[in-house]
Amino acid sequence: MSSNIKFLQGNEACVEGALYAGLDFFAGYPITPSTEVAEQLSIRLPQKGGKFIQMEDELASMCAIIGASLTGHKVLTATSGPGFSLMQEALGYAIMAEIPCVIVNVQRGGPSTGNPTHVSQGDVNQARWGTHGDHAIVTMTASNNQDVFAITVDAFNIAETYRTPVVLLFDEVVGHMRERLILPEPGEIPLVDRLKTSVRGGVDYHPYLPREDGRLPMSDFGGVHRYNVTGLFHDMWGFPSNNPEVVHGLLRHLVDKIENNVNQIARYKEFYLEDAECLLISYGSSARAARHVVESRRPRGERFGLLELQTLWPFPDAIVREKCAEAKFVVVVEMNMGQVLHLVKAAVNEPEKVFLANRIDGVFITDADIRNILRLIRGKGV
Amino acid sequence: MAVKDYIRDRFFPHLWCPGCGHGIVLNGLLHAVEKLGLSKNEIVMVSGIGCSSRITGYVDFHTLHTLHGRALAFATGVKLSRPELNLIVPMGDGDALAIGGNHFIHAARRNIDITAIVMNNRTYGMTGGQYSPLSGYGTSATTAPYSNIDHDFDIARLAAAAGATFVARTTTYHIHQVAEFIRRAILHEGFSVVEIMSQCPTYFGRKNRVGSAVDMMEQYKTDTTPIGSKAKKENPALIERGVFVEKELPEYCNEYNRIIERAMKGH
Repeated sequence: MSSNIKFLQGNEACVEGALYAGLDFFAGYPITPSTEVAEQLSIRLPQKGGKFIQMEDELASMCAIIGASLTGHKVLTATSGPGFSLMQEALGYAIMAEIPCVIVNVQRGGPSTGNPTHVSQGDVNQARWGTHGDHAIVTMTASNNQDVFAITVDAFNIAETYRTPVVLLFDEVVGHMRERLILPEPGEIPLVDRLKTSVRGGVDYHPYLPREDGRLPMSDFGGVHRYNVTGLFHDMWGFPSNNPEVVHGLLRHLVDKIENNVNQIARYKEFYLEDAECLLISYGSSARAARHVVESRRPRGERFGLLELQTLWPFPDAIVREKCAEAKFVVVVEMNMGQVLHLVKAAVNEPEKVFLANRIDGVFITDADIRNILRLIRGKGV
Repeated sequence: MAVKDYIRDRFFPHLWCPGCGHGIVLNGLLHAVEKLGLSKNEIVMVSGIGCSSRITGYVDFHTLHTLHGRALAFATGVKLSRPELNLIVPMGDGDALAIGGNHFIHAARRNIDITAIVMNNRTYGMTGGQYSPLSGYGTSATTAPYSNIDHDFDIARLAAAAGATFVARTTTYHIHQVAEFIRRAILHEGFSVVEIMSQCPTYFGRKNRVGSAVDMMEQYKTDTTPIGSKAKKENPALIERGVFVEKELPEYCNEYNRIIERAMKGH
């Protein structure tokens, strides 16, 4: 078992998770602070017969993984804010054409080139609404290496289950922090393989006709069925259509297949929530500081609790509402200007009891920062 | 297999304007595929956005209609993940060389086995006749009402400089050459580019008062000449037709297979 214990960076833990999940194609473009994902995969993928390609930019990287996913491969790209901005175009294509893929965004400070080597969680809303038009998307995150590994495996499973892009929204601290990772044995975490059609070749085949449960049994592109894939609204054969019924039906399908499964897609962890009066909500690296606050207050008899969100989109409103129902205060701890704060306020019954503890200066938020803000919230001065 | 067996005839008549050269390119392409005896399941056609890109809808191959300018990037993912497939990527001049210019030169540089067909009509037809990077200085377009001050470039020379290992040019007037060059491009192992000058009588033709579709095709006959001809020496303004580059260099997917061998040995 000892060989299964690794000491590595979060970005490397993500690589381990992706390979465990069955990744066999990566396309990317170097960008801080995500580059280690590409570097590691350039070594690891060819060792197992997989493919790695460094493309000319992030536009092309996202397009290349879509092409490779269509032929039946599990695919990944990794980037940070500026590259994620460029990927939005093809991200929308992947949503529209229902291409399973995983996109890692190791967040840094923005907007623009921003603060490349410093931490931020400013891309939460970009992950949701960065590409144009109505749509649904899955976005997940984690705060430590073990969870980075597990959530990466999960991301591939969800991408394959719902035929959707999944964004892994890590941050610079999670990506670069070195800590222990215990690699699970093969088979220990279940893997989801793509649903394949049982229709034989030569038979009229409808690649874009979902089953009743919303899942799409598509055959691999380049195989026995020839069909069309397009970013235009399309009918069940994949051919362009602007028939209002087709357009309405497809858009509803694309949104419903994710939003109707919000509870199945929701991943979160709870710490001391049973009797919490002051409930912290956090995610990614800032959840580490929040957990520190909770665990240092509990021995003093102060009823603090932490809800650590791992699925950010679709936002688990009902779960957040339920967990916050008994709390006197809810404090959202994040490293942006309140992107999840607004979601929590919208989810709970008493938005006036929800507060923000944040930093936006590229410096990691500490337990001391959170404690100072808590004193203000509770009217105790600084 | 007959040429008509390669098309999805339920989508005809096509959406191209009367006189458009793109149907001639489609015809040449199908004859090339037929002559090669390729099965429909072996071919993946990837296109971007524009009049040219709609060609994917009409052919009964695996067809991937993607984003403006990005067809070659999608095609790279398909090809590298399934190297046994034949990748054909028809593009317009704006699609391939304005918004997709970077992908074009880098696909050429990698020498990945993809056949790029540039259907050069010197305009953005789908959006109504704006100037493209191939319109040329002094032309007129709906966004160049006072005459175009943008210079064009030579697609064949650009492709060759970027590293394409097969580069050819012809026009819709020279239909047998269209089929022949596409056939050789598909056969060629590496990145191949076939530029086909294709008339747009609706926009480029009208805006520049160069006459009807037939007149424009007539000009393809009179304004072009085989590479290195005597006529070219006498009249340097003539556009050369023919195969500019045809050379053997290591192909990208084959090279990557060697990387896999090396990585597996060292592991």
